[in-house]
Amino acid sequence: MTSTQSQKSSDIAISIRNLFKIFGDDPKSVLPQLHDGIDKADVQRKTGHVIGLNNINVDIQSGKITVIMGLSGSGKSTLIRHINRLIEPTAGEILLDGENILNLPDDKLRQLRQTRMSMVFQKFALLPHRTVLQNTMLAPMVRNEDKVKSEKEARYWLSRVELDGYEDAYPHQLSGGMQQRVGIARALTSNADFMLMDEAFSALDPLIRTSMQDLLLDLQEDLHKTIIFITHDLDEALKIADHLVVLKDGFVVQQGNPQHIILNPSDPYIEEFVSDINRARVLRVGSVMKPAKTTKKTTGSIAGSIDSKQSLEQLIAQADGDVKGLYAVTEMDKVVGHIEMTQVYKALVRYNLTTSRRAK
Amino acid sequence: MAAFENVFSFFGLSEWCDSGKQKALISLKSLKNEETAWWDIPFPSLDNLHKACGSIPQSRDLTASLEDGFLYIRPSLRTVLDPITQPLSWMLDSALYLFTNTPWWILLPLFILAVQWSARSWKITAFVVGCIIFYLATDHYTYAMQTLSIIFVCTVLCVVIGVPTGILMARSNTFQRMLIPILDMLQTLPTFVYLIPLIFIFKITEPKLYGLAIILYAIVPVIRLTDLGIRLVDKDVIEAANAYGMTKRQLLFNVQVPLAMPNIMAGVNQTIMMSLAMVVIASLVSAPGLGTLVLDGINNLRLGVGFMAGIGIVLLAIILDRVSKSALKRMNKTYHG
Repeated sequence: MTSTQSQKSSDIAISIRNLFKIFGDDPKSVLPQLHDGIDKADVQRKTGHVIGLNNINVDIQSGKITVIMGLSGSGKSTLIRHINRLIEPTAGEILLDGENILNLPDDKLRQLRQTRMSMVFQKFALLPHRTVLQNTMLAPMVRNEDKVKSEKEARYWLSRVELDGYEDAYPHQLSGGMQQRVGIARALTSNADFMLMDEAFSALDPLIRTSMQDLLLDLQEDLHKTIIFITHDLDEALKIADHLVVLKDGFVVQQGNPQHIILNPSDPYIEEFVSDINRARVLRVGSVMKPAKTTKKTTGSIAGSIDSKQSLEQLIAQADGDVKGLYAVTEMDKVVGHIEMTQVYKALVRYNLTTSRRAK
Repeated sequence: MAAFENVFSFFGLSEWCDSGKQKALISLKSLKNEETAWWDIPFPSLDNLHKACGSIPQSRDLTASLEDGFLYIRPSLRTVLDPITQPLSWMLDSALYLFTNTPWWILLPLFILAVQWSARSWKITAFVVGCIIFYLATDHYTYAMQTLSIIFVCTVLCVVIGVPTGILMARSNTFQRMLIPILDMLQTLPTFVYLIPLIFIFKITEPKLYGLAIILYAIVPVIRLTDLGIRLVDKDVIEAANAYGMTKRQLLFNVQVPLAMPNIMAGVNQTIMMSLAMVVIASLVSAPGLGTLVLDGINNLRLGVGFMAGIGIVLLAIILDRVSKSALKRMNKTYHG
């Protein structure tokens, strides 16, 4: 099922270029004013138009999970709906295989949605009059494919999301978490290489949410789908993101590697955002360590070694609370760098606190 | 009647008025020459103005000209409507023939099967059997079957026409705005008023006359509730269907209509009940069935006949309502638990 997923990890699958969306009676008229960098509330007061998206530029990497994060009203749901054009943009382009999705005629667009993009919704959006199996078979059914073959496929994906035995149940008979697993099975059965997930786990309670995140990461390990995931939950974003895009009031505040964003927040909005997280659990040893090249000479003896993927919390536990000492950081049993415990504790303190102290 | 004469002469219209005056017979009343007080000014209605000025028409001329106008367009209306509605007559005739000529011992098991299939409740089936036995025992069976066959044909036609109309209405706001006043009018027009233009156009002995009256009256709820049902379909589900690239047609038949089904069925239930109400009134224009017995009871003051027929109608109403409602309930259960 994943034969098409053999591209290099750094390939750009979709690039969003200068995308604007303005809601109102005459969006085009407001467009020129936006380039001058007008405030969202200002535009609304003056013209009665609401800015949905303001000059979005994002590259979505093939086979990776791109998380778009923002508070409600930041335009994240609007943005994801532009990728399969459930919402029409005001200006800009979205390039997929060099073709602008926004120029596709209706039949081509329908074909794109049928074969290349699947979607998972916050409120599950299952068909209430169809059984779980029939719901899972939605995409092949829309494509008018052979029933027997698609049923086999649907059953396979239902078992992958651990829903065997529920094929003939109706959605209302399942719990929220189970319904969303049907939603995921439905998306996987479509066999599309892109998966759009719109706050897919936001309606679930915290424990189920965690297990759904694990399920997604598990599936992603073999499938390498290109996933665009929307969330307002920073912990969720940090857990699953390969690439994190932070939206505020319709524009991109910062994007990049999530670890990098935590350690180097580019503006007060992000700082505030990341201030509440448990840094020890989120930050990885690999992002705090000094790479092997720069530390030519290691002073003192090495107290032990730790994998670069481990969190700082695990390192502290391994050091048994010791505040000094040097640890070797390994990747596949090869030393890639070193980390000092003092460095670890420094990384746990919020960025703005350390800088303000230094200023004194 | 000097009240308005002065007005006309003031404007110099006396001559024009007199030219329209007809030499009417002098009635006793006009000779009596009543004294009128100054505050006794009548409203300048057509009749009162006519008295002052013969050129202004009377109210009865208005109704007469309406009638003339209607009679004038009648032949052309007939040539258009007659062939279009002829199948309705055939359908009603054949349904009446079928329902009244099939022996009761064939029809009874068929009814049991139909009721059991749609309602899935032995209680309701037993009730239906009891009612049919009541009709058979009191010799109201043929009348009840006639009424039922008319309702059957009219309801089927209402659904066949009404559901697509409702779908179109849900898809186009313009069409909805155009249709709503017409539906409002059909729903508020007194039932007898339906019959008037139909009597003009069609012969009173034609079944399509009452068929049309019933359909016009009963089609409104099925149209309205189809429109409502489709408009109420969960936006999230529609979005999901679009996200997976459904065509408009797939969306309609796989999502919108099935999800609107509970509302559509509620509309069908209403339509059935309204056809029953109208079929009784339609007995005035030769619709056969229990209604004719009621009419007989009223016309000839035969209390017992009218009362028994009334009970028969009530039982029929209960049967139709329970069967269609339990079918609706069953549908709701599979969808929403």
